[in-house]
Amino acid sequence: MSVSFTKAIVVGASSGIGEAMAKQLAATGATVAVLGRRGDELARVCAGNDKLKPYVHDVEATDEVPALFDKIVADLGGLDVLVYAAGVMPKIAEGEYDFEKDRLMMAVNVVGAMAWMNPAAARFEAARGGTIVGISSIAGERGRRANPAYTTSKAALSAYLEALRNRCSRYGVNVVTVKPGFVDTAMTKGMKGLLWLIPADEAARQALALARRGSGASAFVPARWALVAWVVRTIPSWLFRRTNV
Amino acid sequence: MRRAASSTLRARAPWQVLDSFGRAVNASCRYAAPRTVDELAATVARAHDEGIRVAFRGAGRSYGDASLNAGGLILDLQGLRKVHSWDPAAGVFECEPGVTIEGLWRRTIEDGYWPHVVPGTMRPTLGGCLAMNVHGKNNYRAGPFGEHVQEIDLLTPRGEVLTCSPAQNADVFHGAIGGLGMLGAITRVKLKMKKVECGNLRVDARVGRNLDEMFERFEELIPHSDYCVGWVDCFAQGSGLGRGQIHAANYLHGDEDPDPEGSLHVERQGLPPRILGFPRSRIWQVMQFFVNDLGVSMVNLAKYWASYFGDGDSYVQSHVAFAFLLDYVPDWRLAYGPGGFVQYQVFIPKETAKATLREILALGHRNGFPSYLGVLKRHRPDAFVLSHAVDGWSLAMDYKVTDGTRAALWKHFAELTQVVLGAGGRFYFAKDAVLTAEDALRAYGTERFERFAALKRRLDPDFALRSDLADRVLGPAFAR
Repeated sequence: MSVSFTKAIVVGASSGIGEAMAKQLAATGATVAVLGRRGDELARVCAGNDKLKPYVHDVEATDEVPALFDKIVADLGGLDVLVYAAGVMPKIAEGEYDFEKDRLMMAVNVVGAMAWMNPAAARFEAARGGTIVGISSIAGERGRRANPAYTTSKAALSAYLEALRNRCSRYGVNVVTVKPGFVDTAMTKGMKGLLWLIPADEAARQALALARRGSGASAFVPARWALVAWVVRTIPSWLFRRTNV
Repeated sequence: MRRAASSTLRARAPWQVLDSFGRAVNASCRYAAPRTVDELAATVARAHDEGIRVAFRGAGRSYGDASLNAGGLILDLQGLRKVHSWDPAAGVFECEPGVTIEGLWRRTIEDGYWPHVVPGTMRPTLGGCLAMNVHGKNNYRAGPFGEHVQEIDLLTPRGEVLTCSPAQNADVFHGAIGGLGMLGAITRVKLKMKKVECGNLRVDARVGRNLDEMFERFEELIPHSDYCVGWVDCFAQGSGLGRGQIHAANYLHGDEDPDPEGSLHVERQGLPPRILGFPRSRIWQVMQFFVNDLGVSMVNLAKYWASYFGDGDSYVQSHVAFAFLLDYVPDWRLAYGPGGFVQYQVFIPKETAKATLREILALGHRNGFPSYLGVLKRHRPDAFVLSHAVDGWSLAMDYKVTDGTRAALWKHFAELTQVVLGAGGRFYFAKDAVLTAEDALRAYGTERFERFAALKRRLDPDFALRSDLADRVLGPAFAR
């Protein structure tokens, strides 16, 4: 079964995978509400494409979500896919323990996702159809010493998406977990020697292909990361803590 | 749960996907469950200020979308269940709207009182019974639920509380009862109960070999029966079309019951714990294997022949056992499967009833949708604005809904609706999931809808109260 999308919301679309997904959805005929914190960036993303509709929104402002969700759904005349691509990964130095950074990652990567996915899931369950796509990460497969809060936030997001899929799939709702490896975006800018780095456009293409399957997929992007994930998950804890992954 | 006090209702009300009792329609709604009338008033006012449409929900026993409000706010009033007073001398019960029919009879039966009117289940709240102005198996005699109400308080979206009775604010009284919750929330009800001498009824069973005989026997029984209800085997065709069984019941006098006081005890008003050897709570799981054309036709056949050989049986049954047939099998609605079912109840004037019901049953066979259940009742008109009752007959029918049959089934309903409208019939909004505004207007007439719309404009000028049902069936009447 291939699902086609005509009315979409992409949260976190002012750069990276979100921007690429919004543009690709628009290219296949969807009207896309493009959400991001920075108005100038949104203006750039939407410039010259009347299928892309900008809405300035900071995902930390969860109180705004219900009213904004209603407004966007009314503006689009319905909704058949919600993509949550907002995510942050501030650099954490060796020996640094900064609660404010940790809080921000949980707020943007997890709490914001819940705030957007709740109304979408309720709407889709009642409508007996719809797609929710969450951009998680391979980083959520294991607690990594390099960035405890980021890995926690992605593990939480993956678990949340799995739970949502288990909750809603019986009502025809397609919940998709996308777990990219390294993607060439602002998040990875300046990092050197990244394994299997792919452009954001390619990650977006693969993410949308998973979503269009309509089968509630959960997959790594690109797929070969599944092997790495298996190895990473299999390493015993006493050994994993000795690595610098 | 603690929720941020500073945020708006729109931001903090959780989402809840709610289904109708028939499960064939559902909606995602914002949800709140006030615990007091003051909290209800504050929540309605806040929703009004924020421009969120509000609908009320009781036990969620309406078969269609009466207590659904897609995208709006559902206020679940089951928490408002305070009993203000019970006066056994006068037989008057006063309470909040979340008290259920069960809560009502349990408090009054031992004093020798039973509700004048009950639906086929004891689960609905009194608020729901009032909003839908429900009827029972004695509608031809006792009228609807609202006829036994002495007084209500109606909280309007503007925060006014109107005390209404047949004498005070009578127009609002007759509009709000049966008003689908669209004029305000009924926050207090004062109800007159019926004095009964014992806890039992004498029930007589009769068979009808076809629709003619069902009507004849019904007419014979009605003048000397307190209750009368017919089961129709909608699978029967040809000379057996409309065949079924009638149960007529009468209140027993004290001297006819060997233990009149004992039979009024709550413990004696129970439902059997097991049916055919199965625990009641498990029956629906067994039923689901029979809820298909073949299964129902076989069950109906067996039931009809049991009725045939049981013709003339007479036995004693408690009020609860006779009245609440739908409660024998908890969760029976689940037996219809994930697509749920639609109940479609038609009310036909007596002049054209027999021919019209015959046409409806035949149409079911022609379109391949014989109803899985048929319940025949006799009705009389009443004074409520959105009254579904006519001087005539009703037939309630249940249809299983699946993804594969949904479109064809709705087409079948559209055809049935035209037959009913052609006969000058009406429908019952507590059951409805399929009518269009145009159908409803034709069924109820412009004058009734205008009267209701005028009350709506007076009591709720901002149209703060909306439900999926009201939007669907009152469309033109709701146009400001």
